[in-house]
Amino acid sequence: MVRRDRVATGFGAVLLLAVAMPVVSMVFSIWDQGHDELSLAFLLQDPRQAGQAGGIASLMISTGWILAICLAVAVPVGLGCALYLSEQVPPGSRRERGLGFVLDVLAATPSIVFGLFGYQFLAITLGFGFSLLSGGIALSFMVLPLMIRSAEQALRAVPRAHRQAATALGVTRTGWITRILVPSAAPGIAVGVILSVGRALAETAVLLFTAGYVLRRPDSVMDSGRALSVHIYDMAMNVPGGADRAAATAVVLITALILINVTIRGLIRPSRAGGHA
Amino acid sequence: MADRWLHRLLWLSAMLAALVLGGIVVLLIGRTAPFIAQQGMDLLARQWYPGDGEFGMAAMIAGSLAVAVLALVLAAPLAVALAAWLRYFAPGWLRRPALALFALMAGIPSVVYGLWGLLVLVPWINGWVPPGASWLAGSLVLALMILPLALLVTDAALAQVPPDWLHAGAALALSRVGMLRRVVLPHTAPAIASGVVLQFGRALGETMAVLMVCGNVVQWPGSVFEPVRTLTANIALEMSYAAGDHRIALFASGLLLMLVTMALLALSWRLGRRHHGTA
Repeated sequence: MVRRDRVATGFGAVLLLAVAMPVVSMVFSIWDQGHDELSLAFLLQDPRQAGQAGGIASLMISTGWILAICLAVAVPVGLGCALYLSEQVPPGSRRERGLGFVLDVLAATPSIVFGLFGYQFLAITLGFGFSLLSGGIALSFMVLPLMIRSAEQALRAVPRAHRQAATALGVTRTGWITRILVPSAAPGIAVGVILSVGRALAETAVLLFTAGYVLRRPDSVMDSGRALSVHIYDMAMNVPGGADRAAATAVVLITALILINVTIRGLIRPSRAGGHA
Repeated sequence: MADRWLHRLLWLSAMLAALVLGGIVVLLIGRTAPFIAQQGMDLLARQWYPGDGEFGMAAMIAGSLAVAVLALVLAAPLAVALAAWLRYFAPGWLRRPALALFALMAGIPSVVYGLWGLLVLVPWINGWVPPGASWLAGSLVLALMILPLALLVTDAALAQVPPDWLHAGAALALSRVGMLRRVVLPHTAPAIASGVVLQFGRALGETMAVLMVCGNVVQWPGSVFEPVRTLTANIALEMSYAAGDHRIALFASGLLLMLVTMALLALSWRLGRRHHGTA
């Protein structure tokens, strides 16, 4: 190896360390700050005194509702749109490029803009107010491009021979889509759903003025409720001495995200093996 | 018969996706057009005193740009260098754990980056030059956030280099550094730039992390150690109590963010397309 290649090799290792260090620091400092607060009671109790005492149980319930509403909108619409892209518009056509343009712009739109839109359209115009419903739907708008693109990819990966066989057997379009195409793309679509869940769990700015801040356990989807991510922000910024509990909540959130990540990796592998079999 | 219904259903869901974007644009323009027409250049020339009916955003626009540009200056060269290093210099076993690290970084919520900035970075900068919550803190956190995706885009661009070229370079006894500088980077520069522009858009649009570490004082960014407030942070901070023209001013800043994002996206496409054209 030439000398300057050796220098470059060493230099790159230094760069990698420079990037890895803050990440390691992040994991350790948040664990260090939060682990004293973590306990079963923290997970099972509702917060008291603006979050300074008690746990995060009601927030996990709110987060679950927001997530469920988000998926209830994003999965059917996303799958429908992905099917439209892969089945009904010819590749390279104006409609496909137009829809692709829409998805790219949506994917690049700042999350705070979805928050503004959700507030004005869902909370005010439609009258949903600060509620889990507003938050969940606003969030579904944000994850839609991710959901659509990953489902589309999964649908396009289904071998063309399957379609030819279905056509030869005289299967209707509906039958082809519901009985053959979607089931065989299911593992890939599931990956898209889980990716969307991860994105939704990590999001804060969309929820600030759609789902709101209320700490109480929600009675219905029309109640305001605070997501875990919003809790981290509020405890760290607005509650004196709240950093410990913000960090403990962050540990819970990151653990959930890592579990999701592991699930995706688990799902991707068998589907690949199945594809080749 | 059933086929026609299914067709309509799929068309409808595609229209819904388009309607979301259309709704955002129409709503932002509809709510703010009379206000923008009435305020005109005051939106740039004046100070930001929403209580007194002054809605000058120039300092916050400068704040947004300053934080994002410095983040990009820090992250982009690092991302390109690291991507090239992982592909051409690093030992093979390192690639998988390194990519796993970047996947982890990309998945960490922005509010957690903000929390880390608040707990570690801000006190650290404060010990050096007070107050700590500053332009620099925001840019450092943002740089970490955009690095992984910039790196993955660069890696994908490097993967497009025809292997024959590398073989030819090796046959000519080019050093790897020389190959990178003379062959690989010139060929992939537009694709890399296209990805980097997108990450700049992400940095401009990021809210939570910036909100938590920048100090949020409305002032022109003078030194990297002084606090600044970005447009996104301003929306998040003031939306909860803003009313009347103040609220519309926040929507106007949202519209501005949206337009800048679209312009950056268009630029990214142009750069990307040119790359496909020559490949």
